[in-house]
Amino acid sequence: MATATLHAHDVHEHEHEHHELGFVRKYIFSEDHKTIAKQYLITGIIWAFFGGALSIIFRLQLGFPDLNLDWLKPVLGQWIVEGKLEKEFYLALVTMHGTIMVFFVLTAGLSGTFSNFLIPLQIGARDMASGFLNMLSYWFFFLSSVIMFCSLFLETGPASGGWVIYPPLSALPQAMPGSGLGMTMWLTSMTFFIVSSLMGGINYISTVINLRTRGMSFTKMPLTIWAFFLTAVLGLLSFPVLLSAALLLIFDRSFGTSFYLSEIYIGGEALPNVGGSAILYQHLFWFLGHPEVYIVLLPALGITSEVIATNARKPIFGYRAMIGSMMGITVLAFIVWAHHMFVTGMNPFLGSVFMLLTLIIAVPSAVKSFNYITTLWKGNIIFTPAMLFSIGLVSLFISGGVTGIILGNSALDINLHDTYFVVAHFHLVMGAASFFGLMAGVYHWFPKMFGKMMNPTLGYIHFWATFVGVYCVFFPMHYIGIAGFPRRYYSFTALANNAAESFVDMNMFISIAAILTFSSQIVFVINFFGSMFKGKTAPQNPWNSTTLEWTTPVVPGHGNWEGEIPAVYRWPYDYSKPGSAVDFIPQNVPFSATPESNLPEENEEIANEKEIESLLDSQNAVYNI
Amino acid sequence: MTYIIGLLSVVFLALAIMIVNKSIALSKGIQGKEDSDSPVDGANNSNAVGFLVFMVVGSIAAAWSFFHSKPDFLPVAASEHGLKTDQMFWISMGVITFAFFVTNVVLFVFAFRYRYKKDNVATFYPVNHKLELIWTVIPAIVMAVLVFTGLRVWRDITAQAPENSVVIEVTGHQFGWYVRYAGNDDAKLGNNNFKLIDDTNSIGIDFADENSFDDFTATEIHIPKGVPVLLKIKAQDVLHSVYLPYQRVKMDAVPGMPTKFWFVANKSTEEMRAELGKNDFNYKLNCTEICGRGHFGMAITVFVDEPEDYKAWCLQQKPFLAQNPDYLAKVPEKLKAKAQKYIPAEAPAEADSTQAAAPEAAVTMAQ
Repeated sequence: MATATLHAHDVHEHEHEHHELGFVRKYIFSEDHKTIAKQYLITGIIWAFFGGALSIIFRLQLGFPDLNLDWLKPVLGQWIVEGKLEKEFYLALVTMHGTIMVFFVLTAGLSGTFSNFLIPLQIGARDMASGFLNMLSYWFFFLSSVIMFCSLFLETGPASGGWVIYPPLSALPQAMPGSGLGMTMWLTSMTFFIVSSLMGGINYISTVINLRTRGMSFTKMPLTIWAFFLTAVLGLLSFPVLLSAALLLIFDRSFGTSFYLSEIYIGGEALPNVGGSAILYQHLFWFLGHPEVYIVLLPALGITSEVIATNARKPIFGYRAMIGSMMGITVLAFIVWAHHMFVTGMNPFLGSVFMLLTLIIAVPSAVKSFNYITTLWKGNIIFTPAMLFSIGLVSLFISGGVTGIILGNSALDINLHDTYFVVAHFHLVMGAASFFGLMAGVYHWFPKMFGKMMNPTLGYIHFWATFVGVYCVFFPMHYIGIAGFPRRYYSFTALANNAAESFVDMNMFISIAAILTFSSQIVFVINFFGSMFKGKTAPQNPWNSTTLEWTTPVVPGHGNWEGEIPAVYRWPYDYSKPGSAVDFIPQNVPFSATPESNLPEENEEIANEKEIESLLDSQNAVYNI
Repeated sequence: MTYIIGLLSVVFLALAIMIVNKSIALSKGIQGKEDSDSPVDGANNSNAVGFLVFMVVGSIAAAWSFFHSKPDFLPVAASEHGLKTDQMFWISMGVITFAFFVTNVVLFVFAFRYRYKKDNVATFYPVNHKLELIWTVIPAIVMAVLVFTGLRVWRDITAQAPENSVVIEVTGHQFGWYVRYAGNDDAKLGNNNFKLIDDTNSIGIDFADENSFDDFTATEIHIPKGVPVLLKIKAQDVLHSVYLPYQRVKMDAVPGMPTKFWFVANKSTEEMRAELGKNDFNYKLNCTEICGRGHFGMAITVFVDEPEDYKAWCLQQKPFLAQNPDYLAKVPEKLKAKAQKYIPAEAPAEADSTQAAAPEAAVTMAQ
């Protein structure tokens, strides 16, 4: 048993030697995975509001180009000129919205929260493999957040070259003011962010491999854990490439190198740089950038698997196919990056190769959707807010995913590249779907995090407003894209055929829908913080779920289980098993206790129970070293 | 305005669901707590119905909004390859719209149909390899068909430009486009070099290359209809991207790395004006790669002319050297004689350039 033989360098006190930690060690520089998870979650929520608010400001410009924005002057100051948004600040808003949402909300806020919270609880570990590294991971993220936040207040503005920060635009301060100090801070912040996410990733991987409780083989792990594990693998292999891209960019910016710069004439002078390649940066960036999409999405899909199975009261359909398709996505995610670069002047033959690989990745994604739908079939569905968000996720994942088939086709991408069609596509499939996964996770595991129940009615309102809202915002954007409107445009006045006038109503509608959707998130915040203090006390297992986290006390303390860590005998999806009197059998119930519902092959596993139990000593030894 | 009405109806729909939720919850409360161990609250059925309502209203809204927006889509492609990609686009759209509706409808119908009922027990149905095989293979086949049609079109589009292509150089800079034509004599673009750029010679034409002598620049783009046009695309400062929406042409402009795109425009500006019923319509070339504050306004007007009109326009253009005779000084000694013929006779010529070539140049240009 791998769990027992490997040595963890944990310095946890033996459970009987607990002593109270001071406030700082308990809530601020905490090494407890549950506290760190909550720190990530709350930081993520705060960032989500900033990221959302930025998008509302630029939606005002796009939806109401003639609106006088002087009333924003107290907040935005010099960025409002004669009642209009500064053109450069518009680009800064777009850039920061993307950066914040992709990295700080959907990477750190989603993966950071739920990997940290659920990995030890669901695999049966007392904590992460290294609590110290875990703490460092959060505080590097915090440092990175502070730097990024400060860059919003620079006189020259934050980074403004799009969240992909393609050089030479991002390398030359004379190209735009945001490429000055703002870009320096962006790069510094992202460097710390990468450090943070690497420390987190190493921790998640080593915890999943080494600290599973006795009996928890890989094929008995909940799909959430599989998703977090594969996400961490993706991050570990791809973030270093972004770091190298960022480092070379720092060299080009500050030390006169020419990795990305060549033959440039700007601001009335010819620069000395020759021999660099702007395309090199794009390759390096998208080598992270594409896996990043799955880093954001896989945890959401993992959470959804868990929530759908629990609330449909059915096993997830095709457990092994789900793992297989996630592995397929993980591998393929590394070899599709250049589909972002079909029209960059890259060799067209490469374009064909990447088109082929890109459309292959649609197959495992389709399998996952079909499996979710089949899990609902003949279920007995309980619509908790988490379940609503999970079903919403599946819908958004499909709706946003299908347009990927068009964009992945290099011949069709020629016209649609960098138009609103792309914006609509990735906001649905990656932005909204992952956000729904995050929300499903919060509603589902809030009782375990805070020992309180969230108000379900507010949850329903939040869901319906968000679900309807997200479709209203992003569905019509496809039309604007088909009409050939490029993204990152301050206004559409320079298009042929007075095209700007044709979608005035549509843009206004999208902006109103965005404002309403954004506002309805306040319902969530009220519910979240209100329930934390005033919610009903949660029962130990509010959703009648099978996984291990629900065997801990209502509010698990340091070390998670008060007595021995439970052993695991069965897979996590024994819901509504024929013959059983209850509609769920937790993972820690041995087959010998449920003869009435065992399948023939499960009766054979009864023989292994002794062996599993005998591993207790070696498992405990891991924590006492 | 119609959108706002649509939005309001959506908002009211959400409100209605809320109220139904609330009232059911209230009526449950009045009835007393007979069902206290039930895992669901009174809103479970409303949420299930919500998915059905969303499906119906959403489908209607999706269909209506599509037909409402359709007149504002780009018109039928005005280039030969664009016709192919358009056709493929709408076929793919058909396929994915079908998949989109079928899967979403099944999802929402299942959600409604299998909502919690008190005495129901969910079916333990963990796996069915046959079913999984079917829905792995079907998407794989559909993808394969789409990929292979896509690959063929992509291969044709990105193939070498035909020999007889008209070569036009487009150079992006903050925030505009420079255009250079190969000239009326040799149909070859001369070299250029970013180090030679100055206030007048804004694309750094290299006059050490004799092919440059007849090159001319313009402030608008003219291209012939029905003839292959090869765009040679360059950028001076940051990334830009050439986008001709009506011709379905897009290619990045990269400093230090020339790119290209060839196509055949098959609808002249006049024809498109007639088709759209707008006499002031003009094609535009826009920028689609973020390049700074003026990104959104970085456009140049494009005229697609009948071939003979195009030729006539070209002949009216004067070579850059003819308009800026000072650059004769940059021409190497041994090519001076050749360059001389592009200098108009009345120009204040330099001491060594008052030769008989000048009238000859005028003749050449008049041809």
